[in-house]
Amino acid sequence: MPYLVHSPQDREEMLAAIGVESMDELLVDIPKSLRLDELKLANGLSEFDTMSQVQELAARNHVFADRLTFRGGGVYRRFIPTAVAAVTGKPEFYTAYTPYQPEASQGTLQAIFEFQTLIAELTGLDVANASLYDGATAVAEASMMARVQTGRDEILVAGYLHPEHVEVLRTFSEGRGMKVRRGDEPSDKTAAVVFQQPDFLGLLVDARGLTDKAHAAGALAIACVDPISLAILAPPGEYGADIAVGEGQQLGLTPSFGGPHVGFIACRKELVRRLPGRLIGTSHDAQGRRGFVLTLTAREQHIRREKATSNICTNHSLCALAASVYLTYMGETGLRQVAETSFKRAHSLAERLSKLPGWEMAFPERQFLNEFPMIVPKPRPLLRKLAKKGILGGIEVSRWFRELRGVVTFTCTEVNDPAALDLLVEVAAS
Amino acid sequence: MTERRYTKTHEWITVDGKTATVGITDFAQAQLGDVVFLDLPKPGRKVNRGEAFGVIESVKAASDLYAPVTGAVAAVNDRLSSNPELVNSDPYGEGWIMKVELSGEAPSDLMDEAEYKKAAEASSH
Amino acid sequence: MTELLSFELSRPGAQAPRLPEAGVSAPGSAEVLPKEALRAQAPDLPRLSEPEIMRHYSRMASLNYSISEQFYPLGSCTMKYNPVANEAAAALPGFAGLHPYQDEQTVQGALELMWRLERALCAVVGVDRVTLQPAAGAHGEWTALRMIQAYHRSRGDKRTDVLVPDSAHGTNPASAALSGFSVVEVKSGPDGRISLADLESKLSPKVAALMMTNPNTLGLFEREILDVAEMVHATGAMLYYDGANLNAFMGVCRPGDMGFDAVHMNLHKTFTTPHGGGGPGAGPVGVKADLVPFLPHPTVEKVDGEFKLDHKRPQSIGRVRSFYGNFGMLVRAYTYVLAMGGDGLTQASLDAVLSANYLRKQVEGLLDLPHEGPCMHEFVASAHNLAPQGVKALDVAKGLLDRDYYAPTIYFPLVVPEAIMVEPTETESKATLDAFAGAVREIVEQAKTDPASLHAAPHTLPVGRLDEVGTARKITSYLTGQSEDPVLRWKRVRK
Repeated sequence: MPYLVHSPQDREEMLAAIGVESMDELLVDIPKSLRLDELKLANGLSEFDTMSQVQELAARNHVFADRLTFRGGGVYRRFIPTAVAAVTGKPEFYTAYTPYQPEASQGTLQAIFEFQTLIAELTGLDVANASLYDGATAVAEASMMARVQTGRDEILVAGYLHPEHVEVLRTFSEGRGMKVRRGDEPSDKTAAVVFQQPDFLGLLVDARGLTDKAHAAGALAIACVDPISLAILAPPGEYGADIAVGEGQQLGLTPSFGGPHVGFIACRKELVRRLPGRLIGTSHDAQGRRGFVLTLTAREQHIRREKATSNICTNHSLCALAASVYLTYMGETGLRQVAETSFKRAHSLAERLSKLPGWEMAFPERQFLNEFPMIVPKPRPLLRKLAKKGILGGIEVSRWFRELRGVVTFTCTEVNDPAALDLLVEVAAS
Repeated sequence: MTERRYTKTHEWITVDGKTATVGITDFAQAQLGDVVFLDLPKPGRKVNRGEAFGVIESVKAASDLYAPVTGAVAAVNDRLSSNPELVNSDPYGEGWIMKVELSGEAPSDLMDEAEYKKAAEASSH
Repeated sequence: MTELLSFELSRPGAQAPRLPEAGVSAPGSAEVLPKEALRAQAPDLPRLSEPEIMRHYSRMASLNYSISEQFYPLGSCTMKYNPVANEAAAALPGFAGLHPYQDEQTVQGALELMWRLERALCAVVGVDRVTLQPAAGAHGEWTALRMIQAYHRSRGDKRTDVLVPDSAHGTNPASAALSGFSVVEVKSGPDGRISLADLESKLSPKVAALMMTNPNTLGLFEREILDVAEMVHATGAMLYYDGANLNAFMGVCRPGDMGFDAVHMNLHKTFTTPHGGGGPGAGPVGVKADLVPFLPHPTVEKVDGEFKLDHKRPQSIGRVRSFYGNFGMLVRAYTYVLAMGGDGLTQASLDAVLSANYLRKQVEGLLDLPHEGPCMHEFVASAHNLAPQGVKALDVAKGLLDRDYYAPTIYFPLVVPEAIMVEPTETESKATLDAFAGAVREIVEQAKTDPASLHAAPHTLPVGRLDEVGTARKITSYLTGQSEDPVLRWKRVRK
């Protein structure tokens, strides 16, 4: 059997050392009525057969070429430098445990400390945590922070926030008697106004205006942001938002059918004690050597138990590591170039698609970065037509927003080369 | 100033007229370890006997602070925000936590020093 | 060896990466977007070339202990070998390259993998369905409680309390509170097992569920579990299983058969997906028929030979995260289950129990063993016998670090003073176990002859014990505006 190390002789020796005749004596506490004859599961396989079966399952999926992928909606194809997998593939990183013994975990602690700094810099806020599961749960965690901070029960969702983020927020809220309302005007019951920049359709919102509105009502402003967009757009710190959250998948993680990805959260210093999850800080040992350590752990579940800010026990450490490598590799210059290239190509594509009969921008007066909504004559047949040519076209957003019938959002990044854009336009026009 | 009295939850109080001073005991600070932070109410806030009025945090633990009396918060020890270690070094003196303006009589059923010592010893096994 | 931060190694003018040109004639963001929408101040990210970056991360990697190099006898964590085949499986382009919003016909292999994994987990723990959506253990736990809450509410039954043993893992009460429940503690008896008398006194129509793990956090099988289940069900409450200790009895017995209604599992423990330095993991939850309507949506269904995502579940508690779960971790776990099979998983648990009892025997006489054996896959020792020398569990842990072992779990469970919880798992050889026992023996000797050096341990690692109190106090200083050093991030010091 794979991955087991004891020989029959080892087992005999161990039983003898313990002083029992058989395993049954060790399992004596288990009631006989519960004992199984066997697991109703096929027997194990050789690595060869295991991998054959797994590869067969993988082969039954259709993977669209990066360059022909124009679908976003929260998960995007980006150029991922080889360095990312080379680092996350190091067993010292991926098989390491949670850094509770800091002296033996300085690699992980330092790498995630760098992540915290990178996210704080990108978002323009004071402190970021060591990462969360995904953007959706990050929105939910930020909302709970706002509730604890303000004592109010309502979360106002302004504009087109990713529908799955809203769903997760609702699930989190229901258990705690919080209310989620969609709208533009916060009230004196509003704990926070949550908005997305760019929004789910890819359009820019008036982040500063929404932030001011929230504050005027005594609520917090929670900005759910695209991390690559922060190379170009004003970050939450610059327009006064209290908490920034988002999905970090675009920072070096493959789509992987939706996970694992990585959520991030950053906030103003006044809210630091409300931050959920893990936090890493600098420290020193008796010889004055600098080290890194999990800190403010008294907030967490293993100490506060039922009074914890949140129940989150884990972070997506390896994914945060990938994001750190990506951001370090790109630097400010690279990140801005990625964002600009995506911007230019998306605008060029949008312009060309608008010229097709029956096609038009859904919100022509609004700005966008690299994702944009278009009114398309017959979305289903169009997407089928594109798929036949190996193109993963945009998303029909009427699936979530009935008022947006006929609207398809297209995404364009630095992996969609000009020839790919030509092909998309050509096939769409045919 | 009356003698110090104690609660089961390891707070102490002394009373001077209508003002009670509250802190945590030496036993409690030793259990907690080095205090790093206190989350305390603003003056004016009403507190009720037996209810949590704040949190005291060390590296390894965070504990609720329970009001031994009913009244309104008259003052909190501002020095603790920059020097929380006073709770460890001088829990009955400079490490005082809160002063409360009593809304009724001072409670008469709190433990005296001897009773508290017995209770504290019993709780640590 | 130490390593500076990337920010400290950064030099202005370092080579930026070469990226493709836009290649289209279109205006840039600065020409199109209004000025107030644009970033005023560039983020201060490090500037390093690729060779420097790779060196930096390699050096950091070497500062870590990891299961690939060290034995991790961490109780309650099941640090078993992470098969490299699992990594290869998850990296297959046919999995890694899938967009979650692709049409179902184009991802049949992925959906089938999820469906097969669900069936396999159902077989292992004895439940009717499993949700693969939760991203982590605590996440799954909260998901289970929300389903239980929804179940009671659907019957018009207002139950406000959840019972939790005093020996429970900290996430148990935290998850319960997060769902809006009040937590009531149930005492354990002198042998660490749940007290039926105390349970009886705490059960009432207000109780929604009892959360338990079996074996309990002391590594002891709850012998009276069938009675517990009967008592709990008689009051209309549900029984929740915390899967932290599932490695104790796969193929030997099943939580579902014991009467558990919701069974939580940790793929990053029992099913060997790697810990990654703190995540990602996955926390699937198995449920019996009564809870099936409340499962998070979408579920994966097989209809007429095709696999579909079922979003139409009117009583579902909703989504607990985006998309379908940590799919990459599901691939790893599935590959493991396929390779091990029913016979392999059974032998794994048997070996885990054997190894724990063997190691417990080797440690007898060196550390206190507060409870009578046999144990299951883990045991709890106590450093209380070293108290006369002033040596604590923490010192023993740090002493083990110096001997190239990751320390066992310490100070948990709370019911044992100076607790040291040891779980060897089935992937450690007898030789490793013997060597570990030898290290413990050395430390106990050192406690008698030179306790001071244990208090100062570790000596051989890149850093010694860190001043965690100082760090927490410096953060308070920063937050109250008395100091500029944020502690929780690097910040450039501007003159």
